[in-house]
Amino acid sequence: MISAIRCVLRRDLLLALRRPSDVATALLFFVIVASLFPLGVGAEPNQLRAIAPGVIWVSALLSSMLSLARLFAADHADGTLEQQLLGAAPLGAVAAAKVLAHWLVAGLPLVAIAPVIALQYDLPAPLYGTLALSLLLGTPVLSFIGAIGAALTLGLRGGGVLLALLVLPLYVPVLIFGAGSVDMAAAGLSALGQLQVLAALLVVSAAFAPWAIAAALRISTE
Amino acid sequence: MSSSVKWYWFASPQTFYPLAGRIALACAVGAAALAAAGLYVSFFVAPTDAQQGDAYRIIFIHVAAAWMSMFLYVVMAFWAAIGLAFNTRLSAMMASAIAPTGAMFTFVALWTGALWGRPTWGAYWVWDARLTSELILLFLYLGFMALQAAIDDRRRADRAGALLAIVGVVNVPIIYYSVQWWNTLHQGASVSLTRAPSMATTMLTGMLLMALAFWLYSIAAALVRVRCIIRERE
Amino acid sequence: MLEASDLELERGGRRLFRGLSLALAGGELLRIAGANGSGKTTLLKILCGLLVPEAGEVRWRGQRIKSLREEYARQLVYLGHAPAVKDDLTAAENLSIACTLAGAAAAPQAVREALDAYGLPRSDVPVRRLSQGQRRRAALARLLLSEATPLWLLDEPFTALDAGAASFTGELIARHVSRGGAAVFTTHQDAPISAAVARVIELA
Repeated sequence: MISAIRCVLRRDLLLALRRPSDVATALLFFVIVASLFPLGVGAEPNQLRAIAPGVIWVSALLSSMLSLARLFAADHADGTLEQQLLGAAPLGAVAAAKVLAHWLVAGLPLVAIAPVIALQYDLPAPLYGTLALSLLLGTPVLSFIGAIGAALTLGLRGGGVLLALLVLPLYVPVLIFGAGSVDMAAAGLSALGQLQVLAALLVVSAAFAPWAIAAALRISTE
Repeated sequence: MSSSVKWYWFASPQTFYPLAGRIALACAVGAAALAAAGLYVSFFVAPTDAQQGDAYRIIFIHVAAAWMSMFLYVVMAFWAAIGLAFNTRLSAMMASAIAPTGAMFTFVALWTGALWGRPTWGAYWVWDARLTSELILLFLYLGFMALQAAIDDRRRADRAGALLAIVGVVNVPIIYYSVQWWNTLHQGASVSLTRAPSMATTMLTGMLLMALAFWLYSIAAALVRVRCIIRERE
Repeated sequence: MLEASDLELERGGRRLFRGLSLALAGGELLRIAGANGSGKTTLLKILCGLLVPEAGEVRWRGQRIKSLREEYARQLVYLGHAPAVKDDLTAAENLSIACTLAGAAAAPQAVREALDAYGLPRSDVPVRRLSQGQRRRAALARLLLSEATPLWLLDEPFTALDAGAASFTGELIARHVSRGGAAVFTTHQDAPISAAVARVIELA
């Protein structure tokens, strides 16, 4: 099983490497969305500082969801998904490997770029750590939950928007605790509680989501 | 032994059809009677509240609708899980039949909550914890219905919706808890539509009557819808 | 080895088959014939375990494949209608990934030899740049690395192949069967297999 997981992980990372534009567009989307808010609400520094955690988190959420739509679609289209369904490793493990690859390519870069956005919003420097940690814990959860939606909506018309409708309500707890942790730190309080909740969400989703993703893949391909 | 045989007999859509019709009629009549009683209690028997005047009476509908919206989601997820585990067509049809009624009650809860909020707190929508949770619940219902509508293959639609409902029902407590926490962080404990005036017995009776009326109505509506689905598919 | 009993399936409102049964022992070859849309691919997918029939069951060596799951998957090679290769990877990368996923990792040398046997160019170009026929050959090269796998399920293996490649593939299948393996394939054209075909199932 481990060799199969390593194989799938390597494969997906290799594919992402050969198509760097796909990765770059998702990151660019993150930056663009975050840049739209000041244009919409005005550039008053105190206001921007207050909304920064929420804006960064919502932009990360939307960007993650955008790239999720493609998670299984490409494999489904060229027939390789069938081969993975017939593989020697449990489908849940294969699914977890794909989600991990997706996160490495679409989630982790967000964590790296977030401080730049935070700079745009003049978020105080001490908060960068909490922001990065909250994104580090939260973006994998977004990938896991979103993958369930991507598997359920495989091959459907109206795919991307339908995926958003299904998955965004489920994203709410991650958003609340993610942005909330930075808000707590901004108010001078300890963000440890919120970060612990995020960590708990990560553990629970990593444990149960692969099963749900595998079930959804089977339902969608039967 | 004989009771289990009877159960499987009614699990076939064909035989369930006439039974559903009879139960639906009985429940509809019961619902109408209980609703009349409940409305009578709400409007005439329950005392006028000292602070909120008569506007608070809408709480009888609001609370009952909110209870039903959450209860129906769990019931829907239950039938969906049964359908997924035992591969029974009727269970999946029941889940699909319940969804629109559940969505409707969620919408009623939101709307009556807004109507209550206006005279009481001065604004139609105050991002109260319970109303926000109801809003997300509405999205969950609509997502379920949209997913089933987007899939042409009936079997895939049933099973995909079932999985979504199960994932949803597991997440609902998490969402509820997170919204509660979010509410205390941003608004303080001052604004809360959930803090109802201290319950006189008559008020509780009124709410229970409305809740029971809504429950019977839901059963009737779901059964009528299931009959439509059975006719459509078989 | 492989048994299917009373299979029934409905697709798109049409009943494709009902009460379909078949049995395949080691050393036997089965061909599923029928016009386009008659359900050949669907039947093959049911035999793989990719699709679940409404009624009936498939058994491998006496056990239901539903309970065997991955164990069964390890004992078969399924080559579907689409070549199942990633456009952005080279043929060699695709083949070695396919073998690893199936539980039988292949050494790079063996992969290279299999691709050579099918006449694929040595240059490491992404599969996107190969022709339809070359893509299908890159997918079929997996058969050369699957000699130990008892059951071969092939959907239209001879599509897009020229006469030489088609007869080479036919020989591979015949050799596999003569060694005691079992193979099921679908085709709507004549199969270029020299060995006598054990059975033909014609789907209406």
